[in-house]
Amino acid sequence: MSGAPELAPLLLSLRVSLQATVLALLAGLPVAWLLARRDLPGRDFWTVLVLLPMVLPPTVLGYYLLLAIGRGGPVARLAGALGVERIVFTPAAAVLAAFVASVPFLIRSAQAGFEQVDRAQVEVARTLGRSEWAIALTVSLPLAWRGILAGVALAFARAMGEFGATVMVAGSVAGRTRTGSIAIYEAVQAGRMSEANVLAVLLTLVAAGVLLLLSRIGGRSRW
Amino acid sequence: MRLSVDLRTRVGDFGLDVRFRAAPGITALFGPSGAGKTLVLRHVAGLERPREGRVTLGGRTLTDTAAGVHLPPRARRVGLVFQEHALFPHMSVASNVAYGIRGRPAEERRRRVEELLALVELEGYADRRPGSLSGGERQRVALARALAPEPELLLLDEPFAALDFRVRRELRAVLRGLAGRTGTPMVLVTHALADVRALADDLVLIDRGRIVASGEARALLAAPEPAAAATLLAADDLA
Repeated sequence: MSGAPELAPLLLSLRVSLQATVLALLAGLPVAWLLARRDLPGRDFWTVLVLLPMVLPPTVLGYYLLLAIGRGGPVARLAGALGVERIVFTPAAAVLAAFVASVPFLIRSAQAGFEQVDRAQVEVARTLGRSEWAIALTVSLPLAWRGILAGVALAFARAMGEFGATVMVAGSVAGRTRTGSIAIYEAVQAGRMSEANVLAVLLTLVAAGVLLLLSRIGGRSRW
Repeated sequence: MRLSVDLRTRVGDFGLDVRFRAAPGITALFGPSGAGKTLVLRHVAGLERPREGRVTLGGRTLTDTAAGVHLPPRARRVGLVFQEHALFPHMSVASNVAYGIRGRPAEERRRRVEELLALVELEGYADRRPGSLSGGERQRVALARALAPEPELLLLDEPFAALDFRVRRELRAVLRGLAGRTGTPMVLVTHALADVRALADDLVLIDRGRIVASGEARALLAAPEPAAAATLLAADDLA
């Protein structure tokens, strides 16, 4: 596979998107669970805050990210204290951009999944002496799996398509941050249409695969 | 184990103002739909907080707004069975029943689950899934699950309402037997007079968020006092 140079950006896209999706799952699940609780104080505010990256122009998102991880930014300083010299224009920045852009999709879908869990089941679990934490793990999580899985698929698809924020914080360093979406843009700019063709078809196939997975999730009978 | 309930609260337009006691045995909380029966149960279970009031069980204070006490449901030792069983669909019957049994060796838990399934006449159902059970069977699993952590009080919210006539009768017999054998006091919410006649030792009549009458079931059924109690009981099966 590595024989075809056109494939490198695609493989990078897959790697970056997978990492971003795992991060989105780890960070997004607890948030989704919290937002699904009706008694969460300031629920509307948190919902807007969490979903904002979904509707912001990606370049605006990239700009904010740049402020955070660029020289002197809060994240950059924190990373500096840990011995990381630079984040901007590294693969980590690409993962971060894909993560921020995709995590709202995971949260929204997982939240809907949690909200569909029958309230009576959670209430009964409470009367049976189990802690909120145990109930979240043994009742809410397994019953919300469809929403969670759909969220994973959507987040992954969004991460694969990420362009604007990535270009701003990670640039287009061949083999390091030049993902599929960016490589297509550059190939077209440079008139390398056959390269753009291959990448476009492959990215389309990946997206179609995600859609197929989503419809499978929706179609299977419940238990 | 005596339950004492004294609650005043508002939910939207609905005002609840009730005070009653329930002795060991089965106490039926009877009234028409919208009388506030379920709301009372939810307060006793700790799923709702009253604006004002006190709930005690035996010597324990479950809720006391004056003292700022409100035990969470998990600390109340109060079991609950909903009208719609609310079984965990992703777990086997045995796992459903074992859900509330904590801190015991696996072998002991398994034995306890078997005991409970025998108690509700569901031997051999341990590995079944709730989805493969009939309505009556599901409700019996829900009963066994609620009894598993050995609650000091069992709350039953219209447990027969979703079942057909024949199954209802079966389940009443199961419940009667359970009350006798476990000695767990029960509060049964119902709007069916047949349930009251078949099961209740004591009877609390409730209408529009107020207690109309309470007392020994047989006596109250025979000679309803005051007039409002007679009216309520005359409207058989208030569904």
